[in-house]
Amino acid sequence: MRQQTFAARWFAYVVTLYNHVVGNRSPDANPAARGAVLSVEKLSKSYGQIVAVDGISFEVDHNEIVGLLGPNGAGKTTTINMILGVLEPTTGTITIEGVNLAAQRSRALACTNFAAVYAPLPGNLTVYQNLRIFGMIYGVKNLQQRIEDLLKQFDLERFRDTKCGVLSSGEQTRASLAKAMLNDPQLLLLDEPTASLDPATAREIRMRIRDCTIQGTGGVLWTSHNMYEVAEVCDRVLFLSRGKILLEGDPKTLPREHGKETLEELFITIAREPLTLEVG
Amino acid sequence: MLLSRTAAIPLRHFYLMRGSFARVLPLFIWVAIDIVLWGFITKYLNNVTATGFNFVPSLLGAVLFWDFCSRVMHGVTTAFLEDVWSRNFLNIFATPLSIYEYVAGLVISSIVTSTLGLVVMVVLATTVFGLSFFTYGVMLAPFLLVLFLFGIACGIFGSAIVLRLGPASEWFIWPIPAMLSPFAGVFYPLSTLPRWMQWIGHALPPSYVFEGMRAIVAGRPASPVMLLFGAVLALIYILLACWFFTYVYRYAVRTGLIARYSAETVS
Repeated sequence: MRQQTFAARWFAYVVTLYNHVVGNRSPDANPAARGAVLSVEKLSKSYGQIVAVDGISFEVDHNEIVGLLGPNGAGKTTTINMILGVLEPTTGTITIEGVNLAAQRSRALACTNFAAVYAPLPGNLTVYQNLRIFGMIYGVKNLQQRIEDLLKQFDLERFRDTKCGVLSSGEQTRASLAKAMLNDPQLLLLDEPTASLDPATAREIRMRIRDCTIQGTGGVLWTSHNMYEVAEVCDRVLFLSRGKILLEGDPKTLPREHGKETLEELFITIAREPLTLEVG
Repeated sequence: MLLSRTAAIPLRHFYLMRGSFARVLPLFIWVAIDIVLWGFITKYLNNVTATGFNFVPSLLGAVLFWDFCSRVMHGVTTAFLEDVWSRNFLNIFATPLSIYEYVAGLVISSIVTSTLGLVVMVVLATTVFGLSFFTYGVMLAPFLLVLFLFGIACGIFGSAIVLRLGPASEWFIWPIPAMLSPFAGVFYPLSTLPRWMQWIGHALPPSYVFEGMRAIVAGRPASPVMLLFGAVLALIYILLACWFFTYVYRYAVRTGLIARYSAETVS
């Protein structure tokens, strides 16, 4: 284990002391009533005349993995960006663990985290440095131990002092996932988390996130274009097309309910002919 | 505001500097070059002018003070640009970190880096060129304070510009100190300037520092009231810069600029 410098240790000590004295009001200190982890109501986003997301409503419950599916441009990433607080909705509300995101952004995001292929960790910092910095931002308690656990859990121990920029895409994804699990989030947003992983690692990661969700108390919103993965890991799926939710249901039974053999067939139908399945 | 969140920003900067010669060197090299260049110019002027006037505390002191102000500004903007260069906006702004905690983190980063630059300048100016800070007496502290506050305001304003206009607009903010220096009367009294430039000069807090500095060098007392006015003005600029940064940030969140920042969409 690389020795920390005296300055870094002193710095961490001062920060810990301050937080101990002032008090770190994390959401855990005042847990919300056990409703849905995520509640999205009549959410929409427009750019001028273009409607990217059109009044969608859905929930993610505790211990539930919800798949957000849809063709490119359907509004999945726009939805995730709004839930992450980096994009303001045109209308609608987002509630995370009973906390309104628009009204109490910091409190809502303290129990949220995400990993996305398009948001890698800064490549000029090592895996350890990235985890330490984001751990401080998320106010993680016993951060050092948490980092050690995550390095082990995501098989990153040998890359601890390696800059993220020189890792392979699969290793970078694992580092991003470790960062996403830092604060043991109640709401985990995963945008194509296994896109650059080999099948064996992808399966392992899926199982790990699945186990975390079952054993923990949080919920996961998961986007993927891999329908096999979605069927394996998700409890429920939402099909999004042209900014609207067209279908919702169990990924194992939904294809048959709509006369299709597989989830992939259903996906292709929605991508090509959304009007044939449009409801409401 | 949580200190651990704010502290993560200077810690990130510390990690980056610790492993990067290219980041550490500019903290010293440009200010050192400036001090050496102006040190010899003042020595030369002292030799060729028969007035007996000592140019060291007025010219070299002015260069040192102005470079300090510039370093403070660049300290803030560089810490901000690290997130631009590493395409880290989505990661950083999708966290519980508030915009005030983030800006406070940038300012702390700047305090550390600009202090390092100041120490190098002071050591060079005093040991090599005989600049004595006792010349300025107790006014040295308010001089540095006003320049520090104004540097912070410029840094936050510059960061807001880059946030609004995209990564390529960093070109706009590097020359801000050079663009302001003719108006701030760094090397000459404001009365030297045409009327319209004087008006701008009076609106710039550093001009009160340099007027006060020249008064002390000329054997007159610096006006504490004018310096206080300069300090208040600098604080107002910090508040305005924070408001501007927050306004731009909210605009960026409303339009999706943060989520697609590298696309450089200015709409």
